[in-house]
Amino acid sequence: MRYLGYPILEQTKRKSGFTPTRRALLGGAALFASAIFLPTSIRAADGPKRGGRLRYGMNDGSQQDTLEPGSWATVMCGAAFNGALFNNLVELLPDGTLVGDLAESWKADEGATRWTFMLRKGVKFHDGRPFTPEDARQSLLHHMGENSTSGALSIVRQISDIVTDGDDKLIVTLSQGNADFPYLLSDYHLSVFPAKEGGGIDWESGIGTGAFRLENFEPGIAVRLLRNPDYHKPGLPHFDEVEFISIPDRSARLNALLTGEVDVIEDVDIRNVSMIERDPDLVVHRTPSLRHLTFDMNCQTAPFDNPAVRKALKLAIDREDIITKVFLGEAEIGNDNPVARIMPFWTETPPEHRYDPEAARALLAEAGIEGLVVDLSVADSAFPGAIEAAVLFREHAAKAGITVNVIQEADDGYWDNVWLVKPFNATDWYGRVTLDWMFSTSYTSDAPWNNSGFRNARFDELYALARVEADKAQRAAQYAEMQQILHDDGGVITIAFMSWRIAMTRAIGHGETGGIMPADNHRCAERWWRNDI
Amino acid sequence: MNKISHPILSMAVSRVGLGLLSLLIVSLVIFFSVSLLPGSYASAILGQNATPEAVAAMEEKLGLNQPAIWRYFAWLGAAATGDLGTSFAGRPVMTVLGPRLLNTITLASITALIAVPLAIVLGIVCARFRGRFIDKFLSTSTLASISLPEFLVAYIVMMVFAVKLQWFPSMAGIRSSMDLGEQLYRMVLPILTLLLVILAHMVRNTRAAILSVMSSPYVEMARLQGESEGRVVMRQALPNAIGPIASVVALNLAYLISGVVVIEVVFVYPGVGQAMIDAVRNRDVPVIQACALIFAAAYIGFNLIADVISIISNPRLLHPR
Repeated sequence: MRYLGYPILEQTKRKSGFTPTRRALLGGAALFASAIFLPTSIRAADGPKRGGRLRYGMNDGSQQDTLEPGSWATVMCGAAFNGALFNNLVELLPDGTLVGDLAESWKADEGATRWTFMLRKGVKFHDGRPFTPEDARQSLLHHMGENSTSGALSIVRQISDIVTDGDDKLIVTLSQGNADFPYLLSDYHLSVFPAKEGGGIDWESGIGTGAFRLENFEPGIAVRLLRNPDYHKPGLPHFDEVEFISIPDRSARLNALLTGEVDVIEDVDIRNVSMIERDPDLVVHRTPSLRHLTFDMNCQTAPFDNPAVRKALKLAIDREDIITKVFLGEAEIGNDNPVARIMPFWTETPPEHRYDPEAARALLAEAGIEGLVVDLSVADSAFPGAIEAAVLFREHAAKAGITVNVIQEADDGYWDNVWLVKPFNATDWYGRVTLDWMFSTSYTSDAPWNNSGFRNARFDELYALARVEADKAQRAAQYAEMQQILHDDGGVITIAFMSWRIAMTRAIGHGETGGIMPADNHRCAERWWRNDI
Repeated sequence: MNKISHPILSMAVSRVGLGLLSLLIVSLVIFFSVSLLPGSYASAILGQNATPEAVAAMEEKLGLNQPAIWRYFAWLGAAATGDLGTSFAGRPVMTVLGPRLLNTITLASITALIAVPLAIVLGIVCARFRGRFIDKFLSTSTLASISLPEFLVAYIVMMVFAVKLQWFPSMAGIRSSMDLGEQLYRMVLPILTLLLVILAHMVRNTRAAILSVMSSPYVEMARLQGESEGRVVMRQALPNAIGPIASVVALNLAYLISGVVVIEVVFVYPGVGQAMIDAVRNRDVPVIQACALIFAAAYIGFNLIADVISIISNPRLLHPR
């Protein structure tokens, strides 16, 4: 939890040459205590103010960006369109809980195959049209169909039928049960657009129900948004105006922040962190994310088909050393469970795999393997620092008698020619919002991105059970067992989990930030505010 | 047979023909080198949503499942009629590039309007006062600015004028919503950087061209007739040095259109160069092709103009026997 009043108080003190007296110290202590016990009241008194402008320097805006939701691929589209112009039926709060947005509530029937969403009444689109169930229906249908190229295809493919019921219900039928379905509807592609007469959605106009209205959109340059005075969430948004500006070059982005051209910048280079932190007016803000960096062994290919080899390699890597030297401390250590702590159903997977070359050596000796030699394919495009991490791993593994040949692959085309192809490669996983989705894309036997060639009958069985399990405790137990299987037997060496790392001026205020997606789950525009007005 | 006898016309016709041929070759090379690049638009744009089915569906939608040769000729046919096609993201290429091309041309024109006269004047001054302080100073400083890579010049300019002095904004990200005054204000630093980069080249070449003429016998003759040094430079040397000066100016103008990628990136200026980088990253072939054509056409066009100027300035070429 962050207490926003506090650093500002310190700053004023320093600037006015204030010397702490006993009374002031007591006052400070009292404030601190109330901040601990009554965070909401502090925020109400000191926090969100209305008005002002947010200028956000984005790293990945592209001239390819369009308002068509199926093709959204950048953080720019996510934050400027999904998070500001539009709403989904549901919203993921920063703490990971799911609440209604355009839907007020929902219920599942028939083994989680039939979902009824009760829609919010009185919501208006920017042009005054009322929001109706047909809008929600068409907004999902837009991503479906034979030739869909939508980024949300894997979600909507589960839907077999969508009907509206009265003026406030949407009933979605799935081809097979999925207890997580409402979570999946938080996907940023699934924004709700106004339906057109005769089917389809009107995406060209940029009219949504969101906290801001579209003022100006120049693809790859900037998106300018103005407050929606009729927003359905009380008290939101705080800003009068928000501008997302595309600044692809890292140094240019940093310069823009330093010279006050923007208030926030996305994706700060780890080498610039200390420089930004030296400036008293700027802060580096980190939000734990789902993103994790791994070395993946293909469990179907020798020598990785031997569980002892996999286990030995997991013990022969010094993750702390890699995090200190390659990521300059800007990462959380991984424990061969690819599930991030911030996800629902995450669990501890003991024992912690710490660097233990002797244990690795003993494991291999026990399995009768001598002089293990493996080829590790890496490129800097696998993840930034992959080559350095692999070289350090080579040194760590050498102490366990394992030879790791670091093979440097071409940067361009790594994901087409190396990933899923070479038996031992480096991967940058961005994660998925639910365990079900994550496992079905990367860890079940038939997953399309099963980069570790993982096939485990018990794992697949648990996956199918958990998918339709309505009892939360039961599901948690099933997911815990699956995570333990991946930790013990899986082919993924999880080196580290990353945080979204942004930098901003202290003039921008915010609460706890969500890390499932960047930029506070894309909703920075409506959640943040200015302190200096 | 009555051949085309006018030298400028015949040269222009043959140059335009050769230029079109070069454009064709450029488009061919670009098209096939892009298809040699690993990765495709579909996998680039779908990112971590790129399941095999999604990739296949997108490639079919964009016609990328057709043979490359067929796609090339389809593109060429359309381009010949002035239709540069549609970006893979669904917008016409001209809509994507139009505003950016306008930005690039604006930046290039303002820079050229300042740089070309200034460079020629400074070059003449250097030649006139050869070996004096002003010549040595300009020669050394232009040599220094040629030797620095352009991004370093850009960062130095930015550090001094945007970070330290805070006279100008560090970002030249102009947008159509800004008024003309603000757009110009934001363009000051990129213009200054470009000036430093191209001025040096043009000053040195102007000086060299004039000095090489200054050693010819007729200049000696003019001096013997008692003409002042200034008059010799302006009346005898300069007119005869126009050819070489025109070609270096043309080269630099072409650079202003096609070579300013780095400066556009540093100052976040929304020009064609950034558009091309973006398109290459996403493998958006129609946009890459269009950018390549624009750049190649700029080089060919400016060189053609330079040749025309040097012929006009040289009576022997203008009236061949």
